[in-house]
Amino acid sequence: MNSTILQTATRYLLPILLLFSVFLLLRGHYYPGGGFVGGLVASIAFVLHSFAFGTQNTMKLIQYKPLSLIPIGLGIAAISMFLPTFFGYPVMTGLWLQEKIPVIGMIGTALFFDLGVYFVVIGVVLTILFTIALNTEEE
Amino acid sequence: MLFTVLSGLITSSLIVPFGRFLKTKWGFILAFLPVFLFLYYLKFVIPIGQGSYFIQSTAWVPSLGINLDLKLDGLSLLFTLLITGIGACIFFYAQAYLKGHQYIDRFFGYLCLFMSAMLGLVLSDNMLLLFIFWELTSISSFFLIGFNNDSADSRKSAMTALSITGFGGFFLLAGFVLMGNIAGTYQITELLGKATVIQQHPLFPLLFGLVALGAITKSAQFPFHFWLPGAMKAPTPVSAYLHSATMVKAGIYLLARFSPILGGNPVWAYTLMAIGGITMLYAAFHSLFRTDLKGVLAYSTISALGILVFLLGLGSKEAVIAASVFILVHALYKAAMFLITGIIDHETGTRDLTVLRGLRKVLLPVAIAGFLAALSSAGVPLTLGFIGKDLIYEATLHADHNLFLYLTIAAVATNILLVSAGFMAGIKPFMGKLPEQFEQLHLPYKSMWVPPLLLSILGVIAGCIPGFIGDWIAGPAAKSILAQQEVFQLKIWHGFNLVLLLSAITIITGTLVFIANKPSNKKLTWIARFNTIAPENIFKMCIRELMLFSAFFTSKMHNGYLRSYLLKMILFAELLIGYQLYLGGPLHIKWENLSPVSFYEVTTVCILVGAILLTIRTSSRLTAVVATSVVGYAICLIFVFYSAPDLAMTQFTIDTLTVVLFVLVLFKLPSFLNLANKRTLIRDAVVALIFGVMLSMVALRVLHEPTTTNISDFYGDYAYVLAKGKNVVNVLLVDFRGFDTMFEIVVLSIAALGVYSLLKLRLKSSDKE
Repeated sequence: MNSTILQTATRYLLPILLLFSVFLLLRGHYYPGGGFVGGLVASIAFVLHSFAFGTQNTMKLIQYKPLSLIPIGLGIAAISMFLPTFFGYPVMTGLWLQEKIPVIGMIGTALFFDLGVYFVVIGVVLTILFTIALNTEEE
Repeated sequence: MLFTVLSGLITSSLIVPFGRFLKTKWGFILAFLPVFLFLYYLKFVIPIGQGSYFIQSTAWVPSLGINLDLKLDGLSLLFTLLITGIGACIFFYAQAYLKGHQYIDRFFGYLCLFMSAMLGLVLSDNMLLLFIFWELTSISSFFLIGFNNDSADSRKSAMTALSITGFGGFFLLAGFVLMGNIAGTYQITELLGKATVIQQHPLFPLLFGLVALGAITKSAQFPFHFWLPGAMKAPTPVSAYLHSATMVKAGIYLLARFSPILGGNPVWAYTLMAIGGITMLYAAFHSLFRTDLKGVLAYSTISALGILVFLLGLGSKEAVIAASVFILVHALYKAAMFLITGIIDHETGTRDLTVLRGLRKVLLPVAIAGFLAALSSAGVPLTLGFIGKDLIYEATLHADHNLFLYLTIAAVATNILLVSAGFMAGIKPFMGKLPEQFEQLHLPYKSMWVPPLLLSILGVIAGCIPGFIGDWIAGPAAKSILAQQEVFQLKIWHGFNLVLLLSAITIITGTLVFIANKPSNKKLTWIARFNTIAPENIFKMCIRELMLFSAFFTSKMHNGYLRSYLLKMILFAELLIGYQLYLGGPLHIKWENLSPVSFYEVTTVCILVGAILLTIRTSSRLTAVVATSVVGYAICLIFVFYSAPDLAMTQFTIDTLTVVLFVLVLFKLPSFLNLANKRTLIRDAVVALIFGVMLSMVALRVLHEPTTTNISDFYGDYAYVLAKGKNVVNVLLVDFRGFDTMFEIVVLSIAALGVYSLLKLRLKSSDKE
């Protein structure tokens, strides 16, 4: 598929969508949004890119295999889950920093947990879609 | 004590990486493990003979009542000495027997595992712990029977043994749980005090049946005896160790251990006497017709196990003493005979009794061992077998007035046949003229012929000092079976009495039977004719039927068509929901409670219905995909109307991705075929409509239920206080129910890995082409 309109639009849409996905991720704790939706939006951004430029090019853009995002995400989620145990609290107790940080807002373990979900979702969706896409392209 | 159990387990796992040394000349070092354990247990003989016992308890799973409770008393000691003592002989023997075998490391790994399991079994003071070791012995026995895994026969025998003993183990566990629930404890020592509570419980017969089923399957009692002759496919050291001296006695051990708890009532006595009696006669009779040395030994072992069950069923003081002595007698002479058989097989390459003759000329020490073992098995005076047999007769003679005659006749008949079987295995191969083909034979390694010689000489020595055996070994064991502290004496000479007369009759008649009975293939085929009604055949038939049924069931339920799975799942759900709705009574709709219908909702529903109809009617796949996504988006809109923005957002993105996914795989699918005929279409429509109606009814019924808002109020109130979040849905996902989310993302990852590996695998296989 070589549509100039789509390609040009994608060039601008990709960063905006990614930014939007991070926005959804960060605001999730107070307003509609969250890691799951954020991750889905980010993957849609990459899927859009792969439609415009071909899956191979998207893979080049990401540089890493999407599969590697899964362990990263699971790791972040697991660390945020077990972090409280080092401070003597039960597993999954929410720990929060006292002060607000500009733009991001309150930072706590729940946010990192959501970040983990975010990465896992991107990893899972892109792995499934790109594997199938590459599989069909090759034949 | 715990370390003795663990040492074998650890050694067993160490053999995996470091097993290579077993193939070198230093391999014999491993055999010092059982020797060391034997010496360790030997030092308990004196304190336990004086009436004390040892307990060691380590917490393991206290919340389930499973602790590593070990208890060493007389009965346990008898078994631990057998396990480690005979184990030491077997370890040395097998080292030479399997010299040069490719998998000798594996073999010793299994053997160590078995030894530990067996030690754990006889030391456990907790029923659940006992059960774990019980199953471990079954599993290690499975591996050892199937050790020659390139022979189909071997594999099949291993499967039979595992399924029979596993089947028994299953019932045993049920029996244990039942007993634990009735008595309120899983500790065997504590159960001793609750014997009356357990025996007066209405479920006692069931409980006893379950435990007995476990014991008789393990100890190869009629009608489950047939796995034991099959188990002789194992290498001979294994047959000697597992299938005559130790593992098959686990069932006996179980009955002995539980006889103070479950015994002493008619149910126990008659069941065990009947089963043991049938087994001992049936198997002893069968042993006459075998031409395979190991076959003779297998059947005589079953018969001996029958005698033990019979004696424990009898349950009198004499019977229990007889049983404890007989366990020792039998282990000594039968292990020796098996080892001798192994040597003969190893040297001559055959176990056929019609061929083997005159081997004494070339294998003299082995012949001596065989001769002594045969004498002990026949119960000739001055061997331990003589004492064992005397005690058995004494026990049957002192039984109930109505029964003692029959019991004695049964015991004498069995013993006559066993004398013949013992002579056949221990003496016959060495008698007569040496055939030419065997003239070149020479003695095997020392480590092969010394163990059987040692065991059979021990049988004679023990027979000369019965007082010692009685006071320090068999006596304490009998005391723990009887759960009482009484003193008795074993003597060589009881004077001229009825028992001695019976003993003499047994030996003389047994010898006559031995001389008269020439094993031949003709007799074997004659007895084979009865196989159609043998329990083994019935078992095989059951297995065959089970296979047929499961094949039928699988092809019906698991046929590989997604549509058929969906249909079955929905039908099943309809059945359940329908039943529940029917129970709920008639449905009243309170129209005034429903919220007013808005213009947007009507429009959305119209689009939804239109899209569904289009999906069903269209003949283009692409249209169908687009139409289903319209359905999805319409549902999103409904979520938006009812203020569930998080849900709507997620649904929206998921729908988008689903369309992308469909488009990607669309090329791969075959052209749109309409496989369904009119009838299946109607059927599917009916099922789908019913399901839809039912779900609507459920939704309407929900309105009737008094709404408890406790939970949602809690989350609403505490989301900010506890989790510092204002979006309750998100707080639920990442905080309150964070564990669920964690496992969900793990599941997602597994799904992705599954897709990835499946497709990559396919790609690779197409590369090969």
